[in-house]
Amino acid sequence: MREITYSQALNEALRVCLAEDERVVLLGEDIGCYGGIFQVTKGLQEEFGPKRVVDTPISEAGFVGASVGAALTGMRPITEIMFIDFTTVCMDMIINQMAKMNYMFGGKGCVPMVLRINIGAGRGTAAQHSQSFHSVFMHTPGLYVAVPSTPYDAKGLLIEAIKNDNPVVFVEHKRLYNTTGSVPEEGYQIPFGQADVKREGKDATIVATHALVLSALEAAQEAAKNGIELEVIDPRTLTPLDKDTILDSVKKTGRLLIADEDNKTCGVAAEISALVAEEALDYLKAPILRNCSPDTPVPFSPPLEKAYIFGKEELMESVNRLMEYA
Amino acid sequence: MKLSKEKLLALYRTMQTIRLFEDRIVNLYASGSVPGLAHLCIGQEAVAAGVCATLREDDFITCNHRSHGHVIAKGADLRPMMAELFGRKTGYCKGKGGSMHIADMEVGILGANGIAGGGLPIAVGAAWSAKWRETDQVTACFFGDGASNNGTFHESLNLASLHKLPVIFVCENNLYGISLCQTKHQVITDIATRATSYDMPGIIIDGNDVQNVYQEATKAVKRARASEGPTLMECKTYRWRGHHEGDPNQGERYRTKDEIKNWMEKCPITRLSQKIVREKVASKKKIEAIDSEIIEAIEAAVDFAEESEFPTIEDMYQDVYVNERKSQ
Repeated sequence: MREITYSQALNEALRVCLAEDERVVLLGEDIGCYGGIFQVTKGLQEEFGPKRVVDTPISEAGFVGASVGAALTGMRPITEIMFIDFTTVCMDMIINQMAKMNYMFGGKGCVPMVLRINIGAGRGTAAQHSQSFHSVFMHTPGLYVAVPSTPYDAKGLLIEAIKNDNPVVFVEHKRLYNTTGSVPEEGYQIPFGQADVKREGKDATIVATHALVLSALEAAQEAAKNGIELEVIDPRTLTPLDKDTILDSVKKTGRLLIADEDNKTCGVAAEISALVAEEALDYLKAPILRNCSPDTPVPFSPPLEKAYIFGKEELMESVNRLMEYA
Repeated sequence: MKLSKEKLLALYRTMQTIRLFEDRIVNLYASGSVPGLAHLCIGQEAVAAGVCATLREDDFITCNHRSHGHVIAKGADLRPMMAELFGRKTGYCKGKGGSMHIADMEVGILGANGIAGGGLPIAVGAAWSAKWRETDQVTACFFGDGASNNGTFHESLNLASLHKLPVIFVCENNLYGISLCQTKHQVITDIATRATSYDMPGIIIDGNDVQNVYQEATKAVKRARASEGPTLMECKTYRWRGHHEGDPNQGERYRTKDEIKNWMEKCPITRLSQKIVREKVASKKKIEAIDSEIIEAIEAAVDFAEESEFPTIEDMYQDVYVNERKSQ
């Protein structure tokens, strides 16, 4: 199968849905001739016209709210927020409006829209262009949250998100945009709530998200050299969360490491830790460990940012700690 | 523009329905039947009635926390509306929304909104949707003077004018954002002047004169339907009750009794009914007959609400998400 990048896979998903469904429209800052800040919408305005692929003013509350209104009245908007950091200026539209309409209106406020955002530090862009607070959306009832780690998952999850009748926060990752992988040319959907076991193993489980799935697979390769078999699970969606796959794995291995780039406190990893502590404590041979971003804003200076981000090495340290418990 | 006899009576009926519905809520709230918050629009009925009378059933509205009037004027059914205020399962939102979140997609009510300024971008989206779907539907967006200071007001007016969207922004300037009078929250007197920044008409309207509201809304809707762009209508009016039921002495901490009394003398409903009788559009007896019909409908709604069940605890967990794969 041909290999394309994560951003090309996302682009294909958008193209497939724009072509097959007139209700699909794209809104966002610089998504037209500029192609989007990470080139995900490249060529789409040219192909589908400026009426359906709309460059918006810098008015996040305005155009996210407009997406909610359009979704309520028969459209399927896909709206790009340039960085997750900028969702803070339209949080009312996401948390009070987009997420709650269906419930508040007694099941009659269907909001089929996708809010595309991205996370991840490591580009020297400091504390307002590098955050990873996707847990906020996992915390909010009414939203689905997709977190693709591969080009294949990116395309299948995005098409599913667009066709889903619920509001979806689609969390991409900056470091993944240029990674490559095998992706079918035709459209396909990956159902929400189905984790992917990226590698099977019997000694310890790593539940990893986004770019840390790649780090976890590297760690697993290295651990295998020492005879340690790691199981790597990618939840793919945080809401709905495939609890069974996580719990079954922990019951098998008895050891759990969670790797997620949100801050450690109250993050995705905290939630999954609590889940396992509540439902599979008796199976654990070792404490649950978490590799997360430090509880600080993202620093600018290169040595500081280098210390802020983490990958295979840090995961290996945690794995070694887990394996100290018999 | 001279309004027909039927139109004048219809406007009277809508305003009086809103008034009598809310008068009833005063008592139902005090007696504990209506829990939570009840923000009443008594005194402001002409704005909702005048604007919505110019809309079609398939047009949309978004509105705010003080929106019993808007939804009644747009065609909401009093029975599920009352049941919703009572928190009953037969309510518009199955008892999960309450007074601030009445919605009825069947008649274009995209939801009252508890966030000041929250409805403006949503209205812009509904108008954009009509443009994308190539219908000639219009969206009316109701909000207060307080919301005109919110960023969403400016973002929405800019987006609507940029894309010439079929939306009319209806600012009900009742002179107060909760306790803060207009002179303390903005230096301008006429919010309509803000339309200039977005190159759209900004119209100042006597919001207690339903004919004036109707006439100006008719022009704004015509403009919107003809793809000529949005309009900002500022309707100057006043709420007689406090910010919400329970606001002590109808807001005496921030306004005088004389001020309230002066505005009560400008009652939009009395103004219209006097005109109707004076100009022999209808007799006083006919007006009384309309009132009786309205009271009957409201009492039927109260009975319906009282007889309805509360939602079950299991219902709390329903409707967080739409059923999967429904429309694929």
